[in-house]
Amino acid sequence: MERRVNYENDLNLMATELRLGLPGCDDDEPQRKTNPSIRNNKRTAPEISEVSSSESSSSITMSGSDDQDSPPPAKEQVVGWPPIRSYRKNCLQSSKRNEVEGMGMYVKVSVDGAPYLRKIDLKVYRSYPQLLKALENMFKLTIGAYSKREGYNGSDYAPTYEDKDGDWMLVGDVPWEMFISSCKRLRIMKGSEARGLGCV
Amino acid sequence: ELFIGNCYAVSPARATARFTRVRALHLKGRPRFADFNLMPPDWGAHFNPWVLAFAKACPWLEKVYLKRMSVTDDDLATLAESFLGFKELVLVCCDGFGTSGLAIFVSKCRQLKVLDLIESEVSDDETDWILCFPEGESHLESLIFDCVECPINFEALERLVARSPSLKKLKLNRYVSIGQLYRLMVQAPQLTHLGTGSFSPSEIAGQGDQEPDYVTAFAACKSLVCLSGFREIIPDYLPAIYPICANLTSLNFSYANITAEQLKPIISNCHKLQVFWVLDSICDEGLQAVAATCKELRELRVFPVDAREDSDGPVSEVGFQAISEGCRKLQSILYFCQRMTNAAVIAMSRNCPDLVVFRLCIMGRHRPDHVTGEPMDDGFGAIVMNCKKLTRLAVSGLLTDKAFDYIGRYGKLVRTLSVAFAGDSDMALKYVLEGCPQLQKLEIRDSPFGDAALCSGLHHYYNMRFLWMSSCRLTHQGCQQIARAMPRLVVEVIRSADEEEMDVCVQTLYMYRSLEGPRNDAPKFVTIL
Repeated sequence: MERRVNYENDLNLMATELRLGLPGCDDDEPQRKTNPSIRNNKRTAPEISEVSSSESSSSITMSGSDDQDSPPPAKEQVVGWPPIRSYRKNCLQSSKRNEVEGMGMYVKVSVDGAPYLRKIDLKVYRSYPQLLKALENMFKLTIGAYSKREGYNGSDYAPTYEDKDGDWMLVGDVPWEMFISSCKRLRIMKGSEARGLGCV
Repeated sequence: ELFIGNCYAVSPARATARFTRVRALHLKGRPRFADFNLMPPDWGAHFNPWVLAFAKACPWLEKVYLKRMSVTDDDLATLAESFLGFKELVLVCCDGFGTSGLAIFVSKCRQLKVLDLIESEVSDDETDWILCFPEGESHLESLIFDCVECPINFEALERLVARSPSLKKLKLNRYVSIGQLYRLMVQAPQLTHLGTGSFSPSEIAGQGDQEPDYVTAFAACKSLVCLSGFREIIPDYLPAIYPICANLTSLNFSYANITAEQLKPIISNCHKLQVFWVLDSICDEGLQAVAATCKELRELRVFPVDAREDSDGPVSEVGFQAISEGCRKLQSILYFCQRMTNAAVIAMSRNCPDLVVFRLCIMGRHRPDHVTGEPMDDGFGAIVMNCKKLTRLAVSGLLTDKAFDYIGRYGKLVRTLSVAFAGDSDMALKYVLEGCPQLQKLEIRDSPFGDAALCSGLHHYYNMRFLWMSSCRLTHQGCQQIARAMPRLVVEVIRSADEEEMDVCVQTLYMYRSLEGPRNDAPKFVTIL
């Protein structure tokens, strides 16, 4: 049940504390007082929220151009709440495991010579060895060990990725977190091209 | 030392005229709620006029501590060039500068002892600032740069540490791997404070590669009392810190997503621990382990891994109560959770009478006691009643005016109060403004307090540092009344950056006492009444 407070009649009620809650409201809802502000199209008066009975889903935001007649989407986050600095939120998000439903980080993976591409969710892995093992299993090939000096020498395959700048990089050179945040797609190179990598 | 709690309360000219032999300057700028995006950026708090004024008038300035101020690269250059004996720079929650500013600063400050960058935003200008430290023996005692989000020149850092015999505090950023950490620790076993950087290896450890002996490196740091970092922790490396747990007085795991099982072997040895910051990933069980061992705990902060209103809360009143029973000397607590009960809060009020700072954040708005369904009034009431030394309080959960009645009645020493999504009516704010004589800093958001309540504090506003009210029920008229009645108060009405005209309702009120009247650097979205 949605409770909506109508303001057009409230202009003169500033001094009085009249309750306008509809019958059958939750006792939990603390916002019962009238708001002395004029209703206008531009933005909602502060502090008034549309509350569904099951969860509070107020959509008070900084941009404030909400049309009050439309119900806010469920679970919409309020600006600056909970009070955690964005620096901390960002740091934790990058190292968090993929616990959130549907929020994977899918990238395309191509293997030279294979008829079609695959997609994997990078968020599922926490380190290079895990990722490489998964790729080896998925494509039934061997990638071998990485070394800083030689890349994947000694193997027929070399995993590479396209980064944010559009460059093709060898997988394994940068810290894992940096890799995840810049990897746009993967390509497992094969043959002489692959053997040449790492010796530049 | 000159301490200015609000940089707009007094002008640089007046400050330098009055205090000529200042050696240390401590300035605070933006209000705290700006940290949570409740205000557009570029509101103000510029360090520039201060550094220029002091450069002219106080050449003996040695130390600058800034919190929530905007500092430019030019300001850093001015600082380094104008004060020959400059020794200490501490920037907390600051922004506006980058690695090129840092480069100029460190290259010119030959006497530098302290460079602490804490929770500040530093832009990556791709300048190698570490390389810019002058050659030869350095006087560095403290180098903290864990918040700097760009790679650094590790070889240069290693050389710097090697030639800094007085270095006691070193906090690395997440671009330093555990292998690199090892090399630094070997150079600096005299460290007392260490921020470990990523605490994970930078590259895939090959099969035959030998890992350095991290345990011995930690064991060699016999003076280590404060440990933090663990930015990208691979928990397998945690046992490396076992040797020093018994000496630790401060441990910051607040970026380490570890479980209770991973925490237990560490915490069970931390008998001397006084300050502990951690993520709620350790669950109630982890908190119980803390309570079992850390009898000397003074400060606890529990941060959420998943900072959303409707996330699963791994910690609850169970861990909270356990802490209250085990850590009787607790003075300061910051606790984020999804479920809480009045009973647990009341228990803490009784078990921990030394509490000075009590900040409880129940992340779901308007959430009642999850067992009884009652508002959280009685819990917070007990805190103000029983904790006689309480000076800082942050409330949350479902709260009626009654909670504020308690605060006004019993919170006689409260100086800082944070309120969000609470209260029923103007009475709540009145109780507080009329009842708390020591109130200095009041920050309120999304609570139903209007002009009448605002007026009830007229007798007290000159005693306060500031009042912040956003998304409440204030009107321009009401704020205008206050501005007229109190000439020494600067009354700022702040709207969101994209709003063109002024509305009848006030989005954000920020007001503070000042000797100077309206500031001349206010941006377009600020109206000073």
